[in-house]
Amino acid sequence: MGLISSTHSVSRYHIDGKIEGSLIDEVRNGLIKHSIPKIESDYDEISAGWTPVESPYNPDFDKFSFLFGTYFLFSLRIDKKAIPAKVIQKYMAIEIEKKKEKSGRDFISKNEKTEIKEMVIDILMHKIPAIPNLYDVLWDYEKKNLYLYTTQKAANEFFETIFLKSFNLKPIRLFPYTIVETKSKFSNPQKDRVQTLVPLKYSR
Amino acid sequence: MLDIATAYNKYKFLGNDYLTWIWFLIETDQNISSLLNSKDVVTLEVGNSIVLENKLGDKSKEKITIKGDQAGLEEGTTALKKGAYVTQINLVCKINEDEYRFTIKGESLNITGLKTPKTDLSTKENEIEGVVLEKSFFCFNIFKVIDTLFLNYLEQRTADEWNIKGLQDIRNWIGSF
Repeated sequence: MGLISSTHSVSRYHIDGKIEGSLIDEVRNGLIKHSIPKIESDYDEISAGWTPVESPYNPDFDKFSFLFGTYFLFSLRIDKKAIPAKVIQKYMAIEIEKKKEKSGRDFISKNEKTEIKEMVIDILMHKIPAIPNLYDVLWDYEKKNLYLYTTQKAANEFFETIFLKSFNLKPIRLFPYTIVETKSKFSNPQKDRVQTLVPLKYSR
Repeated sequence: MLDIATAYNKYKFLGNDYLTWIWFLIETDQNISSLLNSKDVVTLEVGNSIVLENKLGDKSKEKITIKGDQAGLEEGTTALKKGAYVTQINLVCKINEDEYRFTIKGESLNITGLKTPKTDLSTKENEIEGVVLEKSFFCFNIFKVIDTLFLNYLEQRTADEWNIKGLQDIRNWIGSF
């Protein structure tokens, strides 16, 4: 799901504001500060952060470049642990049987079931590895344009949060209204006229 | 500027109306290069899918999806006649000799399934920068076409003569089915 793949899905952003100080150093610092941890946490269901495009599983921005021509290019990696419902079901059935045997009862209460479920999810969450997903980010700083190579809502939301934290710049998602506001040379009265438009009726 | 979520919902119709206009441009053989004020020869064709929506009397919507490389678009034109509008369209855009294929969604103007022209460069270490720059250039080209046409559409739509000329032309086209 990236710039170099054969097909692309792209959502776009306008990046408002400027970075103070040395641009490349500040971008590198932001990427390093919010890069994805090298060692996977046993406890986190989701972890997300930046990684170089050329090295998705070794987030080393000192070794790998994020500057291509005049553009910044890096990846957002989101690692998510997802336990299939049938696996939870299987381990719950095993634990429920154990509980019944131990207590000598042939039933268990609703509360006990909830506790078992929580315990099962907790144990499985520690055992299973997270599934990584990569989304490339192409940033044309000069033109205030940014291209995120995905249209998945969850990935867009992660991106917006982490980008703001990393660079203290607010990414504004581009769609019909924001294109007019940020990318057009329309005068204010023209923008006002756009805002008064209503859906067209094509049939007479 | 309005709140982003409010603005997205309030003005998503602009993107749908824009895609309907693009279909009109294609079907009526309008000169895309001149609309873009471009020295390049730019053409657009409907690709292999088009999705329309029609608001029904209650709060429900009717969705019409036409898919397939050789699919006839009659169902779509009939839906337009009944008051539907395009919400998603697959387009083939040619810029000079280069061909781009992609699906664009009206409400967000997001692009999916974008296929750019083939590149001779490989992703080997020494050529990666070249690939990145070439792929970026291709993506920028398509967004330039989309944005320029969109803003051109809005200029026409906010002009005084829109109701007499622009809208009337679309209605005449729809009426011709």
